[in-house]
Amino acid sequence: MTTTTSSATGTLGRSRADGVRRTFARYPVLGPTAALVLAIIVFSVSTTTFFNIDNFSLIVQQSVVIGTLALGQTLIILTAGIDLANAAIAVFGTLLLTRLTIGGTPSAVAILLGLVACTVVATVSGLLVTRIKLPPFIVTLGMLAVMTAVTNLYSGGTTYPVPDGLLTWLGTSLYLFGRVQFTMGMILAALLFVLMWFVLSKTAWGRHVYAVGNEPEAARLTGIHIDRTLVSVYAVAGVIYGFAAWMALGRTPTADPNAYQTGNLDSITAVVIGGTSLFGGRGGVVGTIIGALIVAILRSGLTQMGIDSNYQNLATGVLVIAAVAFDQATRRRG
Amino acid sequence: MSTQTVQTPGPAASSGAVGDRTPVMTARGLVKRYGHVTAINGCDFDLYPGEVLAVVGDNGAGKSSLIKALTGALTPDAGTVTLDGKPVAFHSPLEARQQGIETVYQTLAVAPALDIASNLFLGREIRREGLLGSLRLLDKKAMRSAARKELNALGIATIQDITQPVETLSGGQRQAVAVARAAMFGSKVVIMDEPTAALGVRETAQVLELIKRISGRGLPVVLISHDMPAVFEVADRIHVHRLGRRAGIVEPKNVSMSDVVSYITGAEEIPGTHDADPDQAAHTSEVAP
Amino acid sequence: MNRNLVHRPAGMALAVVSLAVLGISACSTTKTSGPGSSAAGAAQKGPIKIGLVTKTDTNPYFVKLRESAKAAAQKQGDSLVALAGKFDGDNAGQVNAIEDLVQQGVKGILITPSNSAGVLGAIKTAQDKGVVVIALDTATTPANAVAATYATDNEQAGKLLGQYVKATLGSTKPQIVMMDLDPSASVGIQRHNGFLEGMGLPLKTPDIIGTALTQGDQTKAQSAMENLLQRVGNQVNVVYDINEPAARGAYQALKEKGLTGKVRVGAIDGGCQGVQDVKAGHFVATVMQFPKKMAEDGVNAVIEYAKSGKKPSGFIDTGAMLITDKPVPGLTSKDTTWGAQNCWG
Repeated sequence: MTTTTSSATGTLGRSRADGVRRTFARYPVLGPTAALVLAIIVFSVSTTTFFNIDNFSLIVQQSVVIGTLALGQTLIILTAGIDLANAAIAVFGTLLLTRLTIGGTPSAVAILLGLVACTVVATVSGLLVTRIKLPPFIVTLGMLAVMTAVTNLYSGGTTYPVPDGLLTWLGTSLYLFGRVQFTMGMILAALLFVLMWFVLSKTAWGRHVYAVGNEPEAARLTGIHIDRTLVSVYAVAGVIYGFAAWMALGRTPTADPNAYQTGNLDSITAVVIGGTSLFGGRGGVVGTIIGALIVAILRSGLTQMGIDSNYQNLATGVLVIAAVAFDQATRRRG
Repeated sequence: MSTQTVQTPGPAASSGAVGDRTPVMTARGLVKRYGHVTAINGCDFDLYPGEVLAVVGDNGAGKSSLIKALTGALTPDAGTVTLDGKPVAFHSPLEARQQGIETVYQTLAVAPALDIASNLFLGREIRREGLLGSLRLLDKKAMRSAARKELNALGIATIQDITQPVETLSGGQRQAVAVARAAMFGSKVVIMDEPTAALGVRETAQVLELIKRISGRGLPVVLISHDMPAVFEVADRIHVHRLGRRAGIVEPKNVSMSDVVSYITGAEEIPGTHDADPDQAAHTSEVAP
Repeated sequence: MNRNLVHRPAGMALAVVSLAVLGISACSTTKTSGPGSSAAGAAQKGPIKIGLVTKTDTNPYFVKLRESAKAAAQKQGDSLVALAGKFDGDNAGQVNAIEDLVQQGVKGILITPSNSAGVLGAIKTAQDKGVVVIALDTATTPANAVAATYATDNEQAGKLLGQYVKATLGSTKPQIVMMDLDPSASVGIQRHNGFLEGMGLPLKTPDIIGTALTQGDQTKAQSAMENLLQRVGNQVNVVYDINEPAARGAYQALKEKGLTGKVRVGAIDGGCQGVQDVKAGHFVATVMQFPKKMAEDGVNAVIEYAKSGKKPSGFIDTGAMLITDKPVPGLTSKDTTWGAQNCWG
């Protein structure tokens, strides 16, 4: 690689291994991409039903809600935080959208209010993290319990059928070339990912998010407003959770207070497998797309192979540990 | 060696001027107390254009407090600071920075995972023109070329790839990045806190070379250091700090390293100074900056 | 800093491990080659693929369902893939499972829907592709969204328990605590209503002196019962429990208060542990369900469909049996010895 310094003249083998490690450290999506390609190859060879366009469309559809929750989660993890409440916030959003619409509020207004509500809740997490200086883990653990309770109280514990229309519009499909299925939810999620990729890599705000997560003291000394950056990150994540709520209604047209109980952990899984570091400042949304797809591909492929879900969870768990170990290993300074 | 400073014979006294030049930055009678502890005890300070001023002193002598008072990290209880002859009162490091005073911290204040260009412009990114700029859109091209230019100007040739993360650099190269940032944005003063403390011999030499280049541009450098050989190699004058105040100023060419060590510990009195008041100074013995 | 924690030389850890995982999976895969013919009802050659989607992987009831279904499929030389939601209420997980099974080319899917409304869309899509979908244990809403439902008649199960408790009470006025599931689950409502019917009581009776939502969880039930006993401890003489874990929680709370002698604890489910609780006298009775029968009947129905194109239809009651060691006249029951032989989990 380009980074071999003149002094690093160990044995050739060692410096090559070093170079590989640095390459992976510098491009954290390489590892997940390799795993993704490998998984696709293995499943395509070992089953007859995996490698076809319908299945790929299906895999993406299945990744949309968790992937979008993971998008918000990525922002927060980049700041060395974590959000355990993201799915609970989105589930509250699904009930708010549905009940408002059932109660006669125009769907568009209900969706807008849902986005606002999710943003407000996530912003409160951000304010608690910055103003009271509590660890994000604790704040969002508390927020998870609060939002679960609020959702149960608001719904009376019951499930609401979602009226057809704008609320379920993200579940409707377009067929490209009359064949390849795209749901509106897929398209919206893709737009959100592109937007966040752009903002993170092309704007000053994006640089500051990385700097705050990587080395908060350096960020402070260079004049970045750490608290303001953090609160804005939680707020943006909240907007994304709001969109995830809408997508969830398109995917399964019921507003169920019991849904997505493991959405927080699933989203963290996608982020971590995607190569974003839990210690902040490294990684990004491209990795998260790949991470979410890997989880869905693993589930789909293993099902095609006739393997039960217990083993699928096992495989996902091993992958998470491998990803974090890999992250640790590559971040070791040479 | 850049010895463009016009020297007066003998060490300068606390009130003395170097030739007929006006100082860039001065401080008079700075005081900072924390309860019963006096961190700065009537301290004076002078910095002249284009010079390298070393600030030396024992641990706990109050060097850091002095620097913090000069850069706005702490607000003195009494005393005045002037910049270009005008009185200034900084309330935060940001305000000092906006006035052209840059500090290279011992921790370097770099984000290891970010690339060199991003670190050079951290918090001061160049944005696109017009509407895109108001969306806080970065002008990466401009930042990279400016970063390249600055590194070349400072003779930092070992860094080839401006887009590589800072964590892939050696300790000396990281220091160089932090110094380059200070040189790029510091229009009046560059302050460096122990820049050679963590470096090997070769890298120390590189950093000292950088310091010379910066002062060679006419930008004065304040070098806080325990590293006597380094101080003697680059400093034009040495500000000896003891018991919360300036004990005196000496020039490296007139004294030896062991002399300076004696001045620092108080074992020997600095020639030309008589104003040290032992009773008053006694209060500062427990200074904890 | 954290980055210095690891001192081992870095390797291609991720790639290696994922290779290993996939490799192991590849080795252990059952050979299910040959694309399933997609034409509905076409005669099937070779092994038939069947999918099972339960609410969770962990509940012993679903474990029994899964094992019985696997055994039934294997007995006929066919294969069964068992998938599950991650928790009760994981609609998205069940939808994913249905889609993946359809993609794999299964002939039929057996499902215990978490929240039946949530999975209707996926069921419809599966049926459109010629897959027969059968509900096990829990009916969908509406029930005709699937071809057939093999389940316990939960209302009948509740009624059996109610009739038994009423008979043991004789002329004593019932003072009932209801340990329910949660408000949204149809199973809970059906058993609750059936129990009151068996007791000969209206739905809103003053004889119910306390209710709690347990989610069928022992710990939650115990806390809820402890709290209720603070208020009604000296009156209660009947505790209805949605399932046996809830009953065990309630029993524990009663035991702490020394009330076990005067309170009749009744449950529904028929798990082996529940049968033991009846034998030990903790519960007066439990009503047994037969997940093994549901699973076997479901699997056989799919195989029949694959072979002849004949779909099952309607609600097929897989039966419920009162288990008690103190039978009452006029009510069919089996003792705990029979129960131990026929229980699940």
